[in-house]
This record gives sequence, C-alpha cells and structure tokens, in this order.
Amino acid sequence: MKRNMTQSASSAGGFVKRVPYLGMALALALICSYVEALIPLPIGIPGIKLGLTNIVIVVVLYLGDVRDGVCVSVARVLLAGFFFGNLYSILYSMAGAMLSLIVMEGLRRTGQLHLISVSAAGGVAHNVGQFLVAALVVENYRILYYLPVLFLAGMLTGVLIGLVACEILRHLPQQLISVLTDSKRE
Amino acid sequence: MRLRPFSWKDILFLSGLFLCGLILTAGLYLFSKNGQYVRITIDGAEYGTYSLDEDQRIPVEQDGSMINVVRIEDGTARMEQATCPDGLCMRQGAISREQQTIVCLPHKLVVEVCGTHEKEYDTVSQ
Repeated sequence: MKRNMTQSASSAGGFVKRVPYLGMALALALICSYVEALIPLPIGIPGIKLGLTNIVIVVVLYLGDVRDGVCVSVARVLLAGFFFGNLYSILYSMAGAMLSLIVMEGLRRTGQLHLISVSAAGGVAHNVGQFLVAALVVENYRILYYLPVLFLAGMLTGVLIGLVACEILRHLPQQLISVLTDSKRE
Repeated sequence: MRLRPFSWKDILFLSGLFLCGLILTAGLYLFSKNGQYVRITIDGAEYGTYSLDEDQRIPVEQDGSMINVVRIEDGTARMEQATCPDGLCMRQGAISREQQTIVCLPHKLVVEVCGTHEKEYDTVSQ
C-alpha cells in the first residue's frame, strides 16, 4: 500500500515535470490542425486529410508514454474542434484519434515494428474510427463504399507522417529527450 | 534518439496492411453494378427516389429552404449545388454504380445509387 502510494506520487511528480513539454506539444498540434484547416486537400472526399497533427502525437507517444499521448490528443481534439470545427467534427476526430492511439501504442509495445509501420497502422485506424462514427451519425451503412479509399489514404498519410516523425526524433536535442524520458522513469 | 531499424517485419506488415486495403477495394468494386435509380435521404429519412434513366435536376428542400441540388445526367448523379459550408459534396464527383454515395455531412444528406432489387448488404457487411 505504502509502496503504491509512493509510486503514484513520484509518477505524478514526473508528470508535472513533463507538463511544459506536453503543453508545447499541444500548441504544436493545434498549429498543425490550423494549418490543415487552411489547406484542405482538393480530393473532395470527406475525412481525407494529411493528418499533420499526428506527427506531434507520434513523437509524444515515442518520447513519453501512452498517457502523454492521450492527454495531448484529447486536449487537441477538443480545442481544435472548438476553434475550427463543430460538435460533430469533435465526435469524428475523437473516435479516430483514440482508436489510432490504441492501435499505435499496442503495436509499439510489441517492440517488433518500426515507427513507420506503427504510424501507418495508426493512420488507417484513425480513418476507420472516424468513418465508423460518421456511418453511425448519418445512419447509412452504404457509405461503406468509402472505407477502402479511407483505408488506403490512411496508410499512405501514416507512412508519410511516420517518415517525418522519424526525422524529428532523430534530430531533437538530446536535452529535451532526456527530460521527457527521465521524468517518465522517475 | 535511437529507433528500431526498419526490418523485414515492417515490409511484411506494411504489405499486409496494403493487401487488406486492396482486398477491401476489390471486394467493394467487383460486387457493384450499374444502378437504376438514386435515393436521397436526409438524416436517415427518405426524401425521394429518382430514376437515373432520365436527365433531371432535383432541388432538395429542408424547412422550406433549398439546401442541395442533385443533377442526373447520362445515367450518373452528381451534386450540382449545396449550401453547406465546406461544399465537399459537390467535389465527390458523379456516381452511377450500385452502393455508390454522395454524402453531405453538414446536412446529413446522402444520395445513394440503388439497383432494381434491393439487397440488404448491411447486416452482412457489418
């Protein structure tokens, strides 16, 4: 019992140390959302986006842990929804973001796959999650027709996001990385 | 930061994922046929059905104001006008094959191509 308490206390301390960096990540993620809202892809299929924000989420997931990812992701979805979207877009984004986080964390934990694969699966999961909620909202399962397009698009953007995230992780200053990873182990 | 190197597992994983996508695509395209008519629904409720054989312009009204215009031409249907903020439905192109849809999410409007016999794919595909 006592051990549990000290453990949770110290991990809370670690979390407090990480808060500024998570805040920075959130700000970055919001900027990415904003940039993306400015330049919609001229494909004409709802739900297909570059997913720039996922770069930040993937980086946070790899530097910190899944809790950091969830914090940044939930805050990002809510804030971006209030700023640039509406209640429905929050609903879609939240479903996509959460499913994507679950899938990415699951695959990352296996330790068998490269970040690019993890990110690609995350991209697919993001689109599929969003799609399923959209299908429920519109109450028309015939839009199933879009699923393959969204699936492949998610994979493509996921690979691109993975490449970028990889480079970011390689070039981030060691100092920043150790703040995040050390406070995690504290 | 050191990352796991890219290995054959990743190639296997990514090609597997890609194959899943291709199978999904092939499955949905192969089983589609040219449709006979379009059905327009708003928020799940049917608004009307229109034959694809005759060229026509269908204004869709909701609460007394026109929200979308569907145009049927040469056996295909497309969204000609829409008052939704993003206008994505107008960029979804023309549809003619069974099960194809144009979705206008802001208006919860779905234009869907149907065949002669109504098949319930829904329970199967879920």
